[in-house]
Amino acid sequence: MSALTAEAITVGYDSRVVLGDLTVEIPDGGFTAIIGPNACGKSTLLRALSRLIVPTSGRVILDGRSIRDYPATVVARRLGLLPQTSIAPDGITVAELVARGRFPHQGLLRQWSAADEKAVAEAMAATSVTELSGLRVDELSGGQRQRVWIAMVLAQQTELLLLDEPTTFLDIAHQVDVMELCRELNESGRTVVVVLHDLNQAARYATHLVVMDRGTIVATGTPAEVITEQLVREVFGLPCLVIQDPESGTPMIVPRVRR
Amino acid sequence: MSGVDFGHRVAIIRGRGMSLRIHRRAVLVSLLFAVATVAVSLVTLATGDFELGLDRVIGALLGRETGIVHLVVMEWRMPRVVAAIVFGAALAVSGAIFQSITRNPLGSPDVMGFSTGAYTGALVAIVFGGGSFVVTATGSLVGGLLTAALVYLFAYRRGVQGFRLIIVGIGIGAMLESVNSWLILRSKLEVVRTAAIWGAGSLGGVRWEQVLPAIIVVVALLCFGIAAARRLSAMELGDDAASALGVNVNRSRLLLVLLGVSLTALVTAVTGPIVFLALAAPQIARRLSRSSGVALLPSAAIGAFLLAACDLVGQRLFAPLAIPVGIITVTVGGAYLVWLLVHEIRRTV
Amino acid sequence: MTRRLLGLLAALVALTVVVVASIAVGTRFIEPSVVINALLGETRGEEAIIVHSLRIPRTVLGIVAGVALGVAGALIQALTRNPLADSGILGVNAGATFAVAIGVSVFGIGSITGYLWFAFVGALLVTVAVYVIGSAGRRSADPITLTLAGVAIAAVLSGVTTAMTLINPRAFDELRNWEVGSVAGRDLGITATIAPFVVVGVIIAVVVARSLNSIALGDDLAVALGTRVGLVRVAVVIAVTLLAGSATAAAGPILFLGLVIPHIARWIVGPEQRWILAYTIVLSPLLLLLSDLIGRVIIRPGEMPVGIVMAFVGAPVLIFLVRRRKASSL
Repeated sequence: MSALTAEAITVGYDSRVVLGDLTVEIPDGGFTAIIGPNACGKSTLLRALSRLIVPTSGRVILDGRSIRDYPATVVARRLGLLPQTSIAPDGITVAELVARGRFPHQGLLRQWSAADEKAVAEAMAATSVTELSGLRVDELSGGQRQRVWIAMVLAQQTELLLLDEPTTFLDIAHQVDVMELCRELNESGRTVVVVLHDLNQAARYATHLVVMDRGTIVATGTPAEVITEQLVREVFGLPCLVIQDPESGTPMIVPRVRR
Repeated sequence: MSGVDFGHRVAIIRGRGMSLRIHRRAVLVSLLFAVATVAVSLVTLATGDFELGLDRVIGALLGRETGIVHLVVMEWRMPRVVAAIVFGAALAVSGAIFQSITRNPLGSPDVMGFSTGAYTGALVAIVFGGGSFVVTATGSLVGGLLTAALVYLFAYRRGVQGFRLIIVGIGIGAMLESVNSWLILRSKLEVVRTAAIWGAGSLGGVRWEQVLPAIIVVVALLCFGIAAARRLSAMELGDDAASALGVNVNRSRLLLVLLGVSLTALVTAVTGPIVFLALAAPQIARRLSRSSGVALLPSAAIGAFLLAACDLVGQRLFAPLAIPVGIITVTVGGAYLVWLLVHEIRRTV
Repeated sequence: MTRRLLGLLAALVALTVVVVASIAVGTRFIEPSVVINALLGETRGEEAIIVHSLRIPRTVLGIVAGVALGVAGALIQALTRNPLADSGILGVNAGATFAVAIGVSVFGIGSITGYLWFAFVGALLVTVAVYVIGSAGRRSADPITLTLAGVAIAAVLSGVTTAMTLINPRAFDELRNWEVGSVAGRDLGITATIAPFVVVGVIIAVVVARSLNSIALGDDLAVALGTRVGLVRVAVVIAVTLLAGSATAAAGPILFLGLVIPHIARWIVGPEQRWILAYTIVLSPLLLLLSDLIGRVIIRPGEMPVGIVMAFVGAPVLIFLVRRRKASSL
């Protein structure tokens, strides 16, 4: 069984049910993309997997035990999450923000060990923000800022990386940058789970797709298996043509023109 | 020296499994204000109805003086000076904690009605209970803590959010102010004037047996506060990011609110509400030490300095008329904020 | 459209009922028939005297002050796009209290008629100062800065006010009476003095109401729709200072009315500023008079000033509102 799975989880707020009796297995070492139309619950699934939300029934399993059985800092050393909305404190510099990612490894008197320094330096190098190290985060461009946040999650040095829509609001070059970075991280051994709204990005980079609709999982598998004209029409309401991406060979969706 | 460029100077101390990263400017600012606090305290100890030379003051501190000098310095003035330092630091740290939790520069225990609640408790104690020091202090403590509990309860809705906490605090504070106004209106003038003087916040006439218990507890709480700084920093990144880093956000927030409220309530129980320090000191600390987010140590140092200095001013400015320190802090704090806003406008224009 | 109109008429009827009740009820209950007679000109008899000298002045002031505070609140909420704004955050209360303290301590004035103008000018000066400090150099009055400016100036003024009252016992006594906010003990002359300012303020409000609809969409969009944003802003500030200033000068600081009523109005009619204004004009005096009524009845034969009752009515509503909405930032 995979390191991270959800077992029959139901998640709801007040009387609204967002995820209904959902089971999913995240393949170890894979690059999993969760896709689906708006309000299908993909962000909620990611948040449930990362322990941000407690399911009303069912459980999330990490390394064979219910994720809630572990102390929070232990989970934080196994699983890193980049949430959709994070706040950069006023005036914080890049290095300081990345350093905050070391929190689960530190203690009252262990504030900055050699290991911390190395992790931060490596994280900044991996995301190419080392030159920006001393600059204030609020002075950076959107793409740079996103890379800094990713560096912070990297500094946590976790094997599992969960990212919630990391490419929103970025221009196309930066989007590709971030996705390529995720692929590199995956190839270096990490399990990556990304919530994406761009189907073609998901098809291009993911090794495993999870398609959701209205709180349930509609299909799982490799992009080649999952992305079909029929599925896109049923789930997204979009008539399309599925061709082969000339660069990567993965499926590519071309919306049909309505005449 | 750190291999990583933080954009500001840091000092790294490592040894025997322990490591510390120190923000140089923040520490410098703290030291500066600590020295200034000592200076102000010495002046306070040396001046007053009884003028004493600095040498005699230091002698008394070192235990070499006896008789009247010892009495004046160690029994009359010293409790007041030590109280000012410790309570000033306590209020500032409480303010820093709240501003960090609510992510809002207005998130201060004064704005959120805790001081008002403490005043209500004290008024009840004075008007109905005789108004001795112990009774008033108890009333104030109970009032402040109950108010905090009320505010937290009403603001709780699947967790507490900064904005909601502030607004609920303002609402409950306004209700309690009305209660206070009502009590003040309906009670005998003399009784109520005593209450009003208490309500202005004063360090006047405090003796060791009154302040020592409070000082001990406050110092213990301050240590907790410093220990909590790490968690505060993590929570500044937003609830999601903090949870992802391994912080139990709701529980931490509750504990931190408890800490902040206790600090304020304890001080208020002894001195009456001293407002604005909790609002202004952390802001000043942040700006001077140019650190991001909460700066607990500089806040504490600046809080101590401000209270000690305001108390000195209150005693000497219109001597022999003594102005309660609370009035000075409110006026100075407000003026500082005004200056700050005008200054910020000039920057953007 | 007809539903809103019907609702407004219903509110007007309710207001009339409350007005009559306000005149009839008190330490001594006066029969509605006597009330009507007295209103129609009958001045003889003990009850008619009570009606004319006590009940009518306070009811009329309640109406005028209620309208003024409600409209001021609606304007501020629309202008700052901050649904939790109250004219009080602009320092009106602190300014008026400070000025009254000066009037009593320095000039020895001892009655509300005496320090009415002090309060008015104080409120005016402080509101303007807060607005200038809180919004100069930016394109819009940023709610946080405005609130900070209001809090800061209020703090400084309250510090000095407290000092003055502690030194001067008479000032303390006068001020503790003034600070609670009350419509009692003020004769018609006071209401007559502030009425013109309230009228001007309301007229300005009605004129800019339509523009406020555009401003609610954001400054950029408002300009694109042809609204003269700068002009509207100045007009609103003038109106708010006149309205909140007069009300506070005459009745002392009354919190929450300007905050709560526009909200209720919006809840009933939706975000159309002209209708919100219309409902506010009717509902504010309704709530104020109702609170005053409660204050007169609840601890008979004593009286609880309307400012205190209003705080207990308004604060729970505020808390309820905050709990209901998805919390966003100030």
